[in-house]
Amino acid sequence: MSDITKQSLTELVKNIKSKKLSSTDVTKAFIERSEKSKELNAYITEDFKSALNKAKKFDQKPNLDLKLPGIPMAVKDLFCTKNIKTTAGSKILNNFVPTYESTVTENIWNEGAILLGKLNCDEFAMGSSNETSFFGNVQNPIDKNLVPGGSSGGSASAVAGQLTPITIGTDTGGSIRQPASFTGIVGLKPTYGSCSRYGIVAFASSLDQAGPMAQNVKDCALLQEVISSYDPKDSTSIDFKRNQYSKELTNNIKGKKIGIPKEYRVDGMPKEIEDLWQKGIQYVKDCGAETVDISLPHTSYALPTYYIVAPAEASSNLARYDGVKYGFRAKGENLIDMYEKTRSEGFGAEVQRRIMIGTYVLSSGYYDAYYLKAQKVRKLIKNDFDDAYKKVDAILTPSTPSSAFKIGEKTDDPVSMYLNDIFTVPVNLAGLPGISIPAGHDSNGYPLGLQIIGKAFDEQNILNIAFAMEEKINFKNKITDWWIK
Amino acid sequence: MSIDLKTIKHISKLSRISVDEKRAQKLAGDLNSIFDFIEKLNELKTDNVKPLTSVAVTTLRLRPDEVKSKNIREQIVKNSPQDNEDYFVVPKVIE
Repeated sequence: MSDITKQSLTELVKNIKSKKLSSTDVTKAFIERSEKSKELNAYITEDFKSALNKAKKFDQKPNLDLKLPGIPMAVKDLFCTKNIKTTAGSKILNNFVPTYESTVTENIWNEGAILLGKLNCDEFAMGSSNETSFFGNVQNPIDKNLVPGGSSGGSASAVAGQLTPITIGTDTGGSIRQPASFTGIVGLKPTYGSCSRYGIVAFASSLDQAGPMAQNVKDCALLQEVISSYDPKDSTSIDFKRNQYSKELTNNIKGKKIGIPKEYRVDGMPKEIEDLWQKGIQYVKDCGAETVDISLPHTSYALPTYYIVAPAEASSNLARYDGVKYGFRAKGENLIDMYEKTRSEGFGAEVQRRIMIGTYVLSSGYYDAYYLKAQKVRKLIKNDFDDAYKKVDAILTPSTPSSAFKIGEKTDDPVSMYLNDIFTVPVNLAGLPGISIPAGHDSNGYPLGLQIIGKAFDEQNILNIAFAMEEKINFKNKITDWWIK
Repeated sequence: MSIDLKTIKHISKLSRISVDEKRAQKLAGDLNSIFDFIEKLNELKTDNVKPLTSVAVTTLRLRPDEVKSKNIREQIVKNSPQDNEDYFVVPKVIE
């Protein structure tokens, strides 16, 4: 089987379970393709040799009852992996080797998957284009010099480019859904509290969630089933009954009420996005669902709120990087000088900018005007969703206000970069699940995504809607392998 | 409002990130454009709104205070940027 890397996760699992393929066959195929794909710069750390050994070991005594039997998988370099360097895309963690494993990755290995390597991302997950990574830009497999989105840019590029059958990313303001949309793949941000944050390098603790990034909705449901678990090691992990998402997946969404929020029709939104949204509305109707016009009146306040809350939490979380116990250290004349130089040389420009915003909004005299104000507006944004969900079962919006842009196009203007997340940020602020599915192409042939937002803990419902729409849309990603010589 | 160089120096001190003049100028420009954008929140009256501190509607759980990891001191110290067997080393603090 020469086209192993073209197979979906579901197909690979089936072929390994029926012994048509061995874990070694599959692992070798993804390693070979990854080796030929260096130009994408999707990996920060490769662990190929050890992956192959693990695959061989798996094949000697295969446990085919597992959900991910011998499946190779690369993961975002924001997840701590025991004894494997974990950088968060930063110089300051350039040489950090965790002594423990994140719960989410542990869940994955416990189901039989094998680590291929660690994937590139924006530094500390702060970015929308993967251009803030200390380890350089990531190329979008869709076209040369196109950003893959961010912060899970390496993850998106690796799935779309078929360097890994599936992966996980993290999403604080859109970091799974926006890159999924830019690369023509499926990305799910679960409900806050669904997947443990233990062992994930923290950015903004009240917003961060891990989630799957996949070639299709079924694969996405399967991985969500594996990674979502109650974890006492995360104080905000929530103990609720989790579904067998992939087994319970159905395309029957008859009678579901889908909200269409008028505030997502923003000024200057390209016609292509509006047209895509209208097509999406037609698709859900074709599936037997009903659409309802709704209002989320505080939508335009979500981004300003996010740019207070997220940097505030980041400035506190990133205070630990002081050059003392781990990571990079610069030479200083005394302790304070060492701290200041370490952080100045160790953090990139975007991370420094956000730490400073966060420090400012939390500083004496400004706390009430900014941070407290933002927490209040956050409440209003959550209330908007609570009100909407009295009338509808889910909400349909575009995933992003544009398709992927060129590398370097938005790096000079932080606010224009931030606007990328205009449709995804409200979902994080309200702690809700959201999924982006590929739904069409723009005039350049670049993919465009639609987002389905659910009620808290209602992942099954949005996965079902996505599954039903996926069948109607019948999206084909245009990957030309331009980077393979 | 406008964030001047003096404020940038103050935030930089609080953040423990040293910035030179050139960086400070650039940061002042960036932060001003970001705060212009944030000011939009002042359009909203929020006097009677209760702040949302967490979307997770759970109370924090208690657990027994037990040591769970064993013998990882060596590994932990190994991540220290300055080589030493038993301690984390920092520049001299007391003269």
